[in-house]
Amino acid sequence: MARALITVPPSPKKGDVIEIRVLIQHHMETGFRVGADGKVVPRDIIGKLACQFNDGTTTEEIVSAEFFPAIAANPYFTFNMIASGNGTLTFTWEGDNGFSQTETAALKVT
Amino acid sequence: MTSGRRRLLLAGAGAGAVSLLRPVAHAQTLLSPPDELAALVKAYTQGAVVLPGKVKLDISPLVDNGNSVPITISVASPMSATDYVKSIAMFNEKNPQRDVIRVLLGPRSGKASVSTRIRLANSQKLIAVAQLSDGTWWSHTVDVLVTLAACIDI
Repeated sequence: MARALITVPPSPKKGDVIEIRVLIQHHMETGFRVGADGKVVPRDIIGKLACQFNDGTTTEEIVSAEFFPAIAANPYFTFNMIASGNGTLTFTWEGDNGFSQTETAALKVT
Repeated sequence: MTSGRRRLLLAGAGAGAVSLLRPVAHAQTLLSPPDELAALVKAYTQGAVVLPGKVKLDISPLVDNGNSVPITISVASPMSATDYVKSIAMFNEKNPQRDVIRVLLGPRSGKASVSTRIRLANSQKLIAVAQLSDGTWWSHTVDVLVTLAACIDI
């Protein structure tokens, strides 16, 4: 499991626009570099990130992103959402060589 | 006799200069076809008209290290249920691959602004494109100077 950092504002007001920041540990090998043995290092990147919000009854997708080799190592991504109520944020990363990781974070509004 | 030889030498030098200039001009057109970015964007938008404006691609104009360059793409939009940003994409001119990132948003986002960190292989032109919910496309083009390149020679 790769280390993932998720930053959600601790106590936003209901209805506020909040910024969510996520970062995951991954080397994002481009597939364009040549290794010490003269062979091209095969591509190994995270290709997709999706964020869903579940408020206890319904699940809806807030944002989804498609990454390409031009994204730097340890892909960092920030986006905004409306803090509509308490719930759970689910982040899913998918990538080459069967990489898949899911992390959750709680959203608590005041 | 001498004047004839001089004329010949001059003609030779002139011919040399012309043959030197030609490959340079040719190489320049090969390296940076002027409308390559435009063609890429056209393929992505499926031929729709892309107007400059509304989108802001925020990046440092002088990049010290191309391995990790922070960028922010924001779009001026109220992000209401009827008027919001559907998608944001970004392309580059001189990396080994032209795509950088594609993002899908919705009215739940509240504010159309995303940021990430990218790699840049060379001093080049970058373009961010966004589609609004009414189907219109907007873009912002930025020139960046990169002193230490990523991707190619590490």
